[in-house]
Amino acid sequence: MSVIFILILISMVVAGSFLGLFIWANKSGQFDDSVTPGMRILFDDKQKKQNKK
Amino acid sequence: MSEHLIAEQVVCHHCGDTCEQERIIYDDKNFCCPGCRAVYELFIDTGLQDIYADASRLKPEDHGKYDYLDNLEIANALHDFRSEDHNAITLTLPAIHCSSCVYLLENLRLFHDGIIRVSTNFVKQEVDIHYNPQTLSLKQLANLLHRIGYPPQFKSEQKKKQSNQLSIKIGVAAFCFGNIMLLSFPEYFGFNEQIDDSFQRFFAYLNIALALPVLFYSGIDYLRSAWKGLKHRFINIDVPIALGIITLFARSVYEITSQTGPGYLDSLAGLVFFLLIGKWFQSKTYENLSFERDYKSYFPLAAYRVEAGTTKAVPIAELEEGDNILIRNQEIIPADAVLKEGKASIDYSFVTGEEKPIKILHGETLFAGGRQVGESIRVQITKKSSQSYLTSLWNNQAFKTHDDLGTEAITNQISKYFTVTILLIATLSAIFWALYNPENIWQVITAVLIVACPCALALSAPFTNGNLLRIFGKNKFYLKNALSVEKLSRIDAIVFDKTGTLTESNSGEVQWIGELSEREKGYVRKLSENSMHPLSIKIKDSLPEDMSDYSLAHFKEIAGSGLQAIVDGHYVKLGSASYIDADLDGVPGSVYLSVDDEVKGRFKVKNQFRAGLADLIRDLPDYKLTVLSGDNDQERSELMKIFPSNTKMLFKQQPQDKLEYIKHLQAQGQTVMMLGDGLNDAGALKQSNVGIAVTEDVSTFSPACDGILEGGKLQRLGDFLGFGKVGKSIIYTSFTLSFLYNIVGLGFAVSGMLTPIFAAILMPLSSITIVAFTTLSGNYFARKKQLI
Repeated sequence: MSVIFILILISMVVAGSFLGLFIWANKSGQFDDSVTPGMRILFDDKQKKQNKK
Repeated sequence: MSEHLIAEQVVCHHCGDTCEQERIIYDDKNFCCPGCRAVYELFIDTGLQDIYADASRLKPEDHGKYDYLDNLEIANALHDFRSEDHNAITLTLPAIHCSSCVYLLENLRLFHDGIIRVSTNFVKQEVDIHYNPQTLSLKQLANLLHRIGYPPQFKSEQKKKQSNQLSIKIGVAAFCFGNIMLLSFPEYFGFNEQIDDSFQRFFAYLNIALALPVLFYSGIDYLRSAWKGLKHRFINIDVPIALGIITLFARSVYEITSQTGPGYLDSLAGLVFFLLIGKWFQSKTYENLSFERDYKSYFPLAAYRVEAGTTKAVPIAELEEGDNILIRNQEIIPADAVLKEGKASIDYSFVTGEEKPIKILHGETLFAGGRQVGESIRVQITKKSSQSYLTSLWNNQAFKTHDDLGTEAITNQISKYFTVTILLIATLSAIFWALYNPENIWQVITAVLIVACPCALALSAPFTNGNLLRIFGKNKFYLKNALSVEKLSRIDAIVFDKTGTLTESNSGEVQWIGELSEREKGYVRKLSENSMHPLSIKIKDSLPEDMSDYSLAHFKEIAGSGLQAIVDGHYVKLGSASYIDADLDGVPGSVYLSVDDEVKGRFKVKNQFRAGLADLIRDLPDYKLTVLSGDNDQERSELMKIFPSNTKMLFKQQPQDKLEYIKHLQAQGQTVMMLGDGLNDAGALKQSNVGIAVTEDVSTFSPACDGILEGGKLQRLGDFLGFGKVGKSIIYTSFTLSFLYNIVGLGFAVSGMLTPIFAAILMPLSSITIVAFTTLSGNYFARKKQLI
């Protein structure tokens, strides 16, 4: 049964690393703007548009 | 790149590219491809043709406006990052308003090779621009943005990057909350008896370890705020929450270490998590409904110091007394100064609400905040800008109106007694449960402390008023702050200024009665060109443009009388009858002209009332109306046709008379709204409870008034006032709602039927309900009144 101690600690480390990832993502600005990227994806690149003509 | 350069070629009406291979003519316009034509059709069908007006209105480069950006010190302060060939800067572009803007800005590199990349934040109206300083200077960049219609707004203090602290705190709280729950499973399912004691202790201590970051990282703001309040002998809103958190934590640690129970750490973590979620929602909503105006951004950032014949841009903070600076057309005077050179004509609308420029003579003082209109002037600073009149004007809030604080006061009163009442209820119920059933005591105390939510009470007024401000703003009626919205609902008397408010300032017929040669017409035009008075402008516009440039000397404008000058060797006078010739018995509403002391005739100026005025007056049956006019009473009969018979009309009013009249009404217990356009109304606007400047140019900022209304929207005034009253009822309704919530919530909490966790969910939920209620009902009524 004492394996549970180790398992719990490992699970903590795994969960903790996800928390770390979240903090990293947050600090690198992934959640700063949730509106503009949605518009941006609809724009064609200007170069492509010129090729079409 | 711009339409000017390729004007000879055929340019696509939609995308602005040259039509090289194909040319489609549709609706008398050229298109380069069927795609562009289709989009054009779509825009026209949906009434969005304005987009073309916007895109094609490429503004001419404003020469020298951004010269100060060449100053290294200023540039350093503005940049986020600087290196030899890569600079990054975050700029606020207030002109961003649709996805086309995002498209245009993000393709900025097509305009100039020096741009590395641009990313736009639509909501904040900010762009992040990376560029190569070797091929493009900051000044050129600013000019480029200006030219394509996005003049950048530089702020003296660059906004600090919004910290993501809150979301990280939520993340940490969520992590701990989840794991604590997981470790509490044995307890939840009643396995306690079956598992080993050592496991139980291990889980419990692990829970304490997990609760520590919740208490000391995620929840620290509550503790800190409560502590700060207590240190100043003030019980603030966070005290009950802090007390609840600490109680839970202390009790749990005691139970675990003394091995008397498993504690309530899951409740604690859940509590903090849900509280933070609520806070996050609030801040998100506030971000979207941000009405705060940044007064600082109205100030220029740099001034041009004259040094040994050349000028150099220096930051305002570096200006010293005695420095000579150059002020050009439309520039704001950064500090009190004395005029040294040039013809100064200063528009103090920024300070007083007075839009008409004031001419300043040599050696006279110019005050900070005035804007030069006309040629460049050289001035000498007499006071450092930090101490200057204008700064102090803002700092001591001279323009904060004197009267009551409205619902803000109610909210403050409630919050003051709220926490004390909650603490009292918590204590009483603790005593009761201690006697009756001690097992429940901790749960009840924390539930009581947490569930009570003054937030809902505190949010009602700011959100309702904020929403109203936004809706008014959409209708070109700009109010200064939320308090003005509340005052709007209490108005019972409305005072109108006539000229420029009821009449349109840039239209109206001018009729010449008398004889005038073409040459003399040229003289009059030349003379009236030099004056900013509305009548001069009207007369000038009525005369044909004259190419021959007559000499002009000894120009003089006597306020309230008229103009005179020697034009082309002739002594020309333009003004009121008594000004031209003391013996002349003038016809009212006329401007007389004399050349070489010979009376030539008169201009008959007929004022035109604004369209929809009669409808507006019909919309205002419940208000005491007054018309004040500086003119004589020649238009009384016309006004009588529009206004009801009980309207008071006062003519030949001096600025001081207007002010006194407002005071007189207020002494009678009336709440007065004054609508004026400015020339002589600044004092009356300030004295009135709600002073509205009616202007043709809404970008003019005037702190003396409570609001700015675009002239054309005057006819909607009745709707605005009605909507203000609706806002008041919304506030009272939401007050009632949140009171009910608190009473019901506390009832359940006291009786022990509410767990702390549930309380923590309910509390932010109540705030959200209030926000939703105020916003949605505001929008509903606005739609009903066709304001949105």
